[in-house]
Amino acid sequence: MTGPEFLFLATTISLAVLTAAFVLTIYRIVVGPTLPDRVLALDMLIAVAIGYIVVVAIRTGFTLYLDIAISLGLVGFLSTVAFARFIHQRWQISQATADETPTQEARR
Amino acid sequence: MAFILLVIVLALIWAAVTGSFSLMNLLLGFAVAVFAALFIRARVERPHLPRRLRRILVLAFLFFYELALSAWRVAVLVASPNMHAKLRPAIFAYPLTVKSDQEITLLANLMTLTPGTLSIDVAQDRSVIYVHALEMRDKDETIAGIKSGFEARIAEVFES
Amino acid sequence: MIDLLYYAAGVMLIVGALFSFLAVVGILRLPDLYTRAHAASKAGTVGSGLTLIAIALVSFDVSVALRAVVGIVFFMLTAPISAHLLSRAAYIAGYMPHSSTVLNELADAQKGDK
Repeated sequence: MTGPEFLFLATTISLAVLTAAFVLTIYRIVVGPTLPDRVLALDMLIAVAIGYIVVVAIRTGFTLYLDIAISLGLVGFLSTVAFARFIHQRWQISQATADETPTQEARR
Repeated sequence: MAFILLVIVLALIWAAVTGSFSLMNLLLGFAVAVFAALFIRARVERPHLPRRLRRILVLAFLFFYELALSAWRVAVLVASPNMHAKLRPAIFAYPLTVKSDQEITLLANLMTLTPGTLSIDVAQDRSVIYVHALEMRDKDETIAGIKSGFEARIAEVFES
Repeated sequence: MIDLLYYAAGVMLIVGALFSFLAVVGILRLPDLYTRAHAASKAGTVGSGLTLIAIALVSFDVSVALRAVVGIVFFMLTAPISAHLLSRAAYIAGYMPHSSTVLNELADAQKGDK
């Protein structure tokens, strides 16, 4: 087997493995059980998607896909940061409205 | 000296990324590099540059080694059938000796990518950092490992 | 000689895909958010990092290889930050660690504050 043939076989195998990973991640997103778990699974989904895009880039030889993968990583990072802020702020707001005791005021 | 080195390296990276080493493109790269380097001049112009560079390299190699090791350990752990027996999660307080913002940030990031530890929170007074460990065996041993490994290397990089 | 690069890249692709897969298995099997964040941040970074190294090896183009290296550095910078932010926000918002957690000094410290 020559090098390029082996590489093509390797891309086929890794695409299969990554597809299985994709489906399993979606299971975690659907099942949860909590919001942070789902956000973490979405973050992982983006990591798997980046791997997927890079494998496709090698398979087709179309290296412009690499830029798409890097931009997807940037968007994924920003969305995870935004979700983390959302989880934090939602808790703060629920504390402020549900409970006006002095200890809660002091902590903020 | 360090400034000129930085400008040359940045210009070469510019030429490599844009994919052409023609004279005009190199000149454009130099112009952009000088402009960018002016912003961080105060940070670049520090004494003992070669020694610092060597220490940064040592830290980078240590980091890559530990990253490979930690990914391997996590992979083996989740693939093993008796995972729940091996798993001993814990949140412990790690006493910080480094004090500046950059050092704590770097240490927290490196910790997250190394065997079995994930930084969760830094105390208000910066005396401790709260770390989540995946397989907690011996707290003092874990702390001593990080102290003599990453934290010592980071302190070396940042001492002037 | 060039063939060797292709073989190395192929092996890296498969190993990287396996690491991504094991990270996902970790997300499924581990009991709580904090342990899952371990799997996602470590094995996930190595998984996508290895595929990026593979494309740097076989592209035979300096600009592509450099962008791949920039991508690896970028993922290594961002993965711990997002894991840290997410677990910190979740902890502050009161999502408790799993009951098998043997030691929780952060909870002890917060009790001391009150």
